[in-house]
Amino acid sequence: MPNMSLKKNPSREQDPNVRNKNFLEVSQGYDEALARDEAERCLNCKNPKCMEGCPVNVHIPEFISKIKEGNYQEAYSIIKGTSSLPAICGRVCPQEKQCESKCVRGIKGEPVGIGRLERFVADYAFDHPTEVEAPKSNGKRVAIVGSGPSGLTCAGDLAKKGYEVTIFEALHTPGGVLVYGIPEFRLPKDLVRAEIKTIEKLGVKIVTNAVIGRSITVHELMEEEGFDAVFIGSGAGLPNFQNIPGEGLNGVYSANEFLTRINLMKAYKFPETDTPIRVGNAVAVVGGGNVAMDAARCAKRLGAENVYIIYRRGEEEMPARIEEVHHAKEEGIIFKMLTNPTKVIGDENGYVKGIECVEMELGEPDASGRRRPTPKAGSEFTIDVSTVVIAIGNKPNPLIKKTTEGLKTKPFGGIEIDEETGATSIPGVYAGGDAVTGAATVILAMGAGKKAAKSIDEYLQNK
Amino acid sequence: MYTIVKKRPLHDTVTLMEIEAPLVARKARPGQFIILRVDENGERIPLTIAGYDREKGTVTIIFQKVGFTTKKLDLLNEGDALQDFVGPLGTASEFEGMKRVAVIGGGLGVAIAYPQAKALHEMGAEVDVIVGFRNTGLMILMDELKAACTNLYVMTDDGSNGHKGFVTTALEEQLKAGVKYDTVIAIGPLVMMRAVCNLTKEYGIKTIISMNPIMIDGTGMCGGCRLTVNGETKFACVDGPDFDGHQVDFDEAIARSRMYKKEEAESNEHFCNLTGGIRNA
Repeated sequence: MPNMSLKKNPSREQDPNVRNKNFLEVSQGYDEALARDEAERCLNCKNPKCMEGCPVNVHIPEFISKIKEGNYQEAYSIIKGTSSLPAICGRVCPQEKQCESKCVRGIKGEPVGIGRLERFVADYAFDHPTEVEAPKSNGKRVAIVGSGPSGLTCAGDLAKKGYEVTIFEALHTPGGVLVYGIPEFRLPKDLVRAEIKTIEKLGVKIVTNAVIGRSITVHELMEEEGFDAVFIGSGAGLPNFQNIPGEGLNGVYSANEFLTRINLMKAYKFPETDTPIRVGNAVAVVGGGNVAMDAARCAKRLGAENVYIIYRRGEEEMPARIEEVHHAKEEGIIFKMLTNPTKVIGDENGYVKGIECVEMELGEPDASGRRRPTPKAGSEFTIDVSTVVIAIGNKPNPLIKKTTEGLKTKPFGGIEIDEETGATSIPGVYAGGDAVTGAATVILAMGAGKKAAKSIDEYLQNK
Repeated sequence: MYTIVKKRPLHDTVTLMEIEAPLVARKARPGQFIILRVDENGERIPLTIAGYDREKGTVTIIFQKVGFTTKKLDLLNEGDALQDFVGPLGTASEFEGMKRVAVIGGGLGVAIAYPQAKALHEMGAEVDVIVGFRNTGLMILMDELKAACTNLYVMTDDGSNGHKGFVTTALEEQLKAGVKYDTVIAIGPLVMMRAVCNLTKEYGIKTIISMNPIMIDGTGMCGGCRLTVNGETKFACVDGPDFDGHQVDFDEAIARSRMYKKEEAESNEHFCNLTGGIRNA
């Protein structure tokens, strides 16, 4: 008999007033009993709509059936069949917009907690490791630029098919946004390392401190280094600023810099680690996406008393995952909706002391389908803050574009690809993830990496 | 790992190291920089490339023991290895069309000015090198510089070498004497570069400076190295580090360079605890 409860089982979580002072993972996920109980809510539909919502096509009802049977290892194999990073997806995917948005149980009541079940299975598999054998090499070599979600997925899929894959990473640690962007309390770095290990076990090599475009160009990878194809997953590494006065003041960070100092460089342990960060007592984070939530919640954990999210539209329009907004509120983040910054105010030494904002109102829908915000005349006001974090998105990293002759890009800097295959304007060179789209999500990048892997396989088989 | 194949103190506070880093050496050019981490907990610091040997696969860096990380770096010896060493980063310097050039270096900036002078000299340009130090004890690379220019002018703040004054004093003398430089290249402390730019602006001489701001990734990702050039935000790591000095907002750059002064002091205190003052004695 299925579990007909209208509500999904909640995840076990740290108390908001405890966790907003530490960097330990907020959510502990399901235990076995909760997972089994939640799995029983799945009706195992003949025509599973949930799968249509998944960019990497995880066989959702199948893996949930295995949970019902208590066969978690088998459930893991099913997920791993199409997704290279289940422990990560289970934690950071916007399930409410993807699989869970299509779940029939969501029509009346809450959908099945698919993300939480995926996480349970992945965590179980990490606790009960099995030996994986690297597939036999087919003698063909593929280079991957960037070790973020798209690159790791593409590498994993190709390695499974027998390709010799080498990933080149510019930073000193592999993982891309999974290590420099998403904080420890939302995605523990041990887990990212473990997930990457599973890909290395397939025979994938990772070279860190290698900046493609500088040390070696994309063309040299194919012409001199003997790679048969290249996948570019270099991410969205060029932060946007508001272009308002005062953004050059000390204490104004791009979200990338703020989060990189904290997550990659572990500035929250300063001076035990060498990288400093300035937070102060009050922090304004500008933006309404997951990155803004991450930055705000980091600031709180670093001791700021008042942390504001400043967003020019309303809460409904915020692109962040619902769970992140919910968690941020629980942790005491102050939401200033329909508010836009107009100026950062500095003291006589060039440090931030406040941010001037203006109230906004929503008009007609714009190109994104969301209602366009316009400023209310004369509604300017100032908030006293010592740090401002700008989290309004990134443009694709310009390095590859600048250094790869013949690579076509769009006016905003994204690499031009064939949507069906991920192929760029250079034969044998494919691209995906934020390098193509500008800042988006982990799972969309994974979907793009997966698609490119399939195309690269077809391309090299016919070559 | 990146092995230190050579270490040579240039004087009390400045050290030269040659690092084994074939991936960097194969493409390095004057004007570009590297980012290094000394150890697992280390911060990422940018240092301009002072030289390279493509055959040996080594890169030369010259650093001043001024902050926590550079002091820690100086504790390492030949045979030791750095945790991370990545590059070449930034855009290489452009020398095309330069015929009569003043290359100016101040303090540690001389280490970076040297490869520029050398490159220009080798391509046949007439190069005047003007360098400034606080006193004779702090002079570096004198023989190398002599071999890489037409005229060498050395200034000291205290006049201990007989030529008292700043690099701008020497530059102004040349300009007043009617020397027509097509380009001035100035590398050193921000205040020095600003002073050179103020002077060359009067004479209408194109002036290239090399910025060395706070940075993390060095590939455009963090935006920490941003500066205002001609009213626009630029990133030193991908748009530079060379910029037209007459368009740079120096006041902002100087303020930004002091961002972590307090934390640096805290780190330095920590450094004394780490080493027990033994290595410093």
